[in-house]
Amino acid sequence: MAVKSVIEAVREAMREEMRRDETVFVMGEDVGWRGGVFLATQGFIEEFGERRVIDMPLAEASIMGIALGASFRGLRPIPEVEFADFLWPAVNQLIGEAARVHYGTDGKLNAPVTIRIPYGGGIRGGLYHSQNVEAYFFHTPGLKVVAPATPYDAKGLLKAAIRDNNPVVFLEHKKTYRLVRGEVPEEDYTLPIGPAEVKRAGRNVTVVSYGLMLHYCLEAAEQLAAEGVAEVEVVDLRTLKPLDTETALNSVKKTGKLLIVHEDNITGGIGSEIAALAADEAFDYLDAPIARLCGPDVPTMPFAQTLEDAYMPNTGKIADALRRLAAY
Amino acid sequence: MTPIGIPTGHPANSVATAAGELPAGLTPERLVEAYRQMTLVRTLDERIWMMNRQGKVPIAASGQGHEAAQLGSLLAAQQDGNCFLFPYYRDLSIKMSVGLTPTQVMLSFMGKAGDPYSNARQFPLQGADLKHKVIQLSNVVAAGLTQAVGYALGCQMLGDGTVTLVYFGDGASSQGETHEAMNFAGVHKLPIVFICENNGYAISVPQRMQMAIGDVAARAEGYGFPGLVIDGMDLLASYEATREAIGRARREGPVMLEMKVERLMPHTTDDDDSRYRPREEVEAAKLRDPLILFGDWLQEQGYLTAAQQAGYKAAATKAVNEATDAAEAAAPPDAAEMGKHVYAP
Repeated sequence: MAVKSVIEAVREAMREEMRRDETVFVMGEDVGWRGGVFLATQGFIEEFGERRVIDMPLAEASIMGIALGASFRGLRPIPEVEFADFLWPAVNQLIGEAARVHYGTDGKLNAPVTIRIPYGGGIRGGLYHSQNVEAYFFHTPGLKVVAPATPYDAKGLLKAAIRDNNPVVFLEHKKTYRLVRGEVPEEDYTLPIGPAEVKRAGRNVTVVSYGLMLHYCLEAAEQLAAEGVAEVEVVDLRTLKPLDTETALNSVKKTGKLLIVHEDNITGGIGSEIAALAADEAFDYLDAPIARLCGPDVPTMPFAQTLEDAYMPNTGKIADALRRLAAY
Repeated sequence: MTPIGIPTGHPANSVATAAGELPAGLTPERLVEAYRQMTLVRTLDERIWMMNRQGKVPIAASGQGHEAAQLGSLLAAQQDGNCFLFPYYRDLSIKMSVGLTPTQVMLSFMGKAGDPYSNARQFPLQGADLKHKVIQLSNVVAAGLTQAVGYALGCQMLGDGTVTLVYFGDGASSQGETHEAMNFAGVHKLPIVFICENNGYAISVPQRMQMAIGDVAARAEGYGFPGLVIDGMDLLASYEATREAIGRARREGPVMLEMKVERLMPHTTDDDDSRYRPREEVEAAKLRDPLILFGDWLQEQGYLTAAQQAGYKAAATKAVNEATDAAEAAAPPDAAEMGKHVYAP
């Protein structure tokens, strides 16, 4: 099996789907001859032409709104927003409109749009090239939210998202694009939107995460194992909405201890919901207070290295949190 | 009012006064049928308002004053036969006249099961009536413009020949999405007609506080396509302008039509326009009531008699009475419906 980066997996997923289905097309700023700012659509305009690889004016509300309208005509657009930070003008069309299409028409109309959003920090992106946006969409019924961590998951989930009949917010952590590599099958495969995956089996503590942080959690788990402190079970959510509570809580029921890690702000984040669900449904199994290690409540990770480091959870901070939990 | 993009004196602004000749595709019979329909919509519109005052209709936006613009443009779309419509919340004449019965409309306004747009999940006649090729998803003004442009993009990509008609008010013309929609449509020469029903008010805010120009249509030039100002109180002018615009949209790309209309009623049943609108202005607007103007014109042409007019009114009242009774007797949606259709299968 070939080893590929996350960005290569993303590119491969879109290319395969565009070859498979004439109604699939990409649209966004610089997706054409530039091939996308992260080169996700490199080579697409040469292969598929300007009709299916549309360089959009720099106007995010219309990128999402036009994608939505095209989906009403039976097409499957993949709009790209260059950075999550630039998404806000499109939020009306995404939260206000797309999420309500099926419900607001009593099930008559679908919105099969996959909006791809590079997100996340740790890349010296400052306040406007680092943002985590997942909690806003996690809160919104009618949307699906996918946040893969590995090339294999990225390809299989993106292909599933494109084939899904609902609006899917597809979050790609920028730092994983070239940093994270893994085996990706050449053949056509999809992964179901929804199920989480236990990425490392363990028995003493459960850590639940997604995206870039998942990799730091795996590193921290290895450290604790090497130290002989604990065998940590690492659950990768992969899909944030709908949330696979069963996989996460089954793990908690086994280990009795839960840490949730994300770089998004702690208040009202994905972790808050998982903690509430664990308290609701796994209370009798808990041997320690539920712990969260998340981004602090400041607007975004700042630009300066010192400030960014202070914001970002990392392997060391996660290992410390796991040690505290293991010792409880 | 000077038309932009097409020379002054273009037939679009003078069809109704040109003696003898009707615009292409129209016959006296079709015009009389349009009058009958306008009478029915007006009668229903008035009844809905009354039902609101009785506490039986939670909210309504009246289309009174906009009927000629709406029915004239719809007539052109129907004549063409290959149009898809994105109306806005004040387009009762359009939504009803594509083929809904008075009972279906009344079910929708009363929030009863059987509402053809959303099964009473949304405000009346919002959602989609796909059978009649109509979508109006949202109450956020101008949200439908980018969606309509996307629909037109899809039609262009598939090469199906469809022309999309998207309707909006002067209020929506201020939204950023209106600019984005028109800009993109211009770039790709999409088969779309933008129809602004300008009644001079965004709820209470008059046009002079909304824009520094007299005509929204003037903006079209900046997007690289023509914009025309139309007397939207004149059904024939609305028809002819829309007919020509549909043809141009299919051949060459977008057109904007600004139909100048009067809003004869407050913004909605929840609004009191006496707080911001001089009574003399409303009274003067009522002298230009499209139902009266159109009826008088049909009579002058010898297409319609007073007896026919009275007959249409009586038939409309009967139909609206029956629709009201049927909708009042109808069941609301079952509470178990609430959680359905959050996600598509």
